[in-house]
Amino acid sequence: MESIGVLLLCPVFSYLDQELDKRFKLYRYWNYPQSVQFLKEHANSIRAVVGNSNYGTDAALIDALPKLEIVSSNSVGVDKIDLNKCREKGIRVTNTPDVLTDEVADLTIGLILAVLRRLCECDRYVRSGKWKKGDYKLTTKFSGKTVGIIGLGRIGTAVAKRAEAFNCKISYYSRTEKPESNYKYHPSVVELASNCNILVVACPLTEETHHIINREVLNALGPKGILINIGRGKHVDEPELVSALLEGRVGGAGLDVFEDEPNVPEELFGLENVVLLPHVGSATVETRTAMADLVLGNLEAHFQGKPLLTPLV
Amino acid sequence: MESIGVLMPRPTFPYLEEQIDKRFKLFRLWDNFSYDNNAIASSIRAVVVNSVDGADADLIRKFPNLELVSCYGVGVDKIDTNKCAEKRIRVTNTPDVLTDEAADLTIGLILALLRRLCACDQFVKSGNWKRGDFNLTTKFSGKTVGIVGLGRIGKAVAKRAEAFDCKICYHSRTAKPEAKYRYYPSVVELASNCDILVVACSLTKETKHIINGAVMNALGAKGVLINVGRGKHVDETELVRALVEGRLGGAALDVFEDEPNVPQQLFGLQNVVLTPHIGSATVETRTAMADIVIANLEAYFLAKPLLTPFL
Repeated sequence: MESIGVLLLCPVFSYLDQELDKRFKLYRYWNYPQSVQFLKEHANSIRAVVGNSNYGTDAALIDALPKLEIVSSNSVGVDKIDLNKCREKGIRVTNTPDVLTDEVADLTIGLILAVLRRLCECDRYVRSGKWKKGDYKLTTKFSGKTVGIIGLGRIGTAVAKRAEAFNCKISYYSRTEKPESNYKYHPSVVELASNCNILVVACPLTEETHHIINREVLNALGPKGILINIGRGKHVDEPELVSALLEGRVGGAGLDVFEDEPNVPEELFGLENVVLLPHVGSATVETRTAMADLVLGNLEAHFQGKPLLTPLV
Repeated sequence: MESIGVLMPRPTFPYLEEQIDKRFKLFRLWDNFSYDNNAIASSIRAVVVNSVDGADADLIRKFPNLELVSCYGVGVDKIDTNKCAEKRIRVTNTPDVLTDEAADLTIGLILALLRRLCACDQFVKSGNWKRGDFNLTTKFSGKTVGIVGLGRIGKAVAKRAEAFDCKICYHSRTAKPEAKYRYYPSVVELASNCDILVVACSLTKETKHIINGAVMNALGAKGVLINVGRGKHVDETELVRALVEGRLGGAALDVFEDEPNVPQQLFGLQNVVLTPHIGSATVETRTAMADIVIANLEAYFLAKPLLTPFL
């Protein structure tokens, strides 16, 4: 398979890069600043693309790679891949579901605790010597609060399972009700937001869920509510969120994703009720290794004519 | 009851102070209090202590009519309980109402440490994300959590960790067969067999420095220590050395040997999370704790049974 061209859109975990390099003819896209020139020269040998949550495969790239057979995303979210175009052209698409579910759910709980108990602020408080002058102020309890989850898929369900161990009540919104779950369903995000303390975004990004967190939802969540986004930045109307936080209309936020990563609205930097993470949802050695194995496994399966492990298209 | 003297050693929660002030004659140790005034000293029949200010033999001696020590907290290590027993002084604390809070913080500390949440937050807020991604961290789900002390807080930590598919093991003075967790007869063995070691026992003569050099070496370069007990559970000097030398993988500490003083060598370490003894520090829980302190005081002086007697 060493002659099969694989286009890697962005730097990845070294293990994945090394393994791709070992098995295929690997082209690292970011090393070719003249992408038009690069594509002219090498397009015909590229049969696979590997991207991630930030580097997708749009119609333009698909058109530029006439021999493209498979797009293997090193992520579970595929909002940056033109799935319709892939379907149209018979291009297979794989992602990395399941192996990162626990990781993202863990991070969600970590964000909730960091925001409610002001863990990062407290750590800074100690390191700056302020504790010598007095205790940090009282914060607010997590256990027993109501967690509202948007999207009760794999990640949403894993978040619910963890939150239940903290005696939280779970409610949710999704496109259709899931009676087999014992949680309370709300038929709209505004209603969900009105009836929970902690609103978690855990659904895929699609045209329908773009800016699903808007001004109305934020006002419904209210000055005692907090927003946790571990989905995609574009789930949230970011300027609206910033003004809601600055004006105190929302109680706080824990954000792992942003509309234009790695750019983050600087107005959020000074807010003690906001925790900001650099899109680390799946970013542990264990999970990125498991994701890499899925990417490699899917590519090998495809080029050996075997069934794909985790096909989306 | 307005003539009954109740002493508070330091300002804590305004609600607690107000409630005591309403019902009793409140004396504030921080507000020009003079031990030399015999009339006042004789009128003090109760002291409300906390995790920092206790009731040692010296304090007890100063108040000849002291009948009740009510601790605004669950740990009574700073109360000379032998002296209290000798003088028939009752002691109450605030168990149960802070169990969930301390367990929540424990999980928060574990996640903040393993996933470097504080360092990541700082990374974004300092603009460093524009220069490149943060490095990969390590997974919590599925790891083995070893708990020293399987009391109320230890069990609450275990319950939460199980929801993250963690394996639970523990050490305590006696094995608890009804707990379906794996028991280790020594802390060193526990430390050798877990990834995350949580201190959740009470501080006594026996458990002072229960986390020593041998335990830290057994926990190792991939293991992390979480202390939500008392600072004196850990040999702090040894801990600093072990962390600086990389013999211990990391530590998240809510308590220290000499609060609010924290070893400065820890401040520059990325594999350390430090919090200013906030285990029970939420409005909800401190209110519940205050209510128990007040209820115990009232019960005592109305000759009713104490709600949460320790002694």
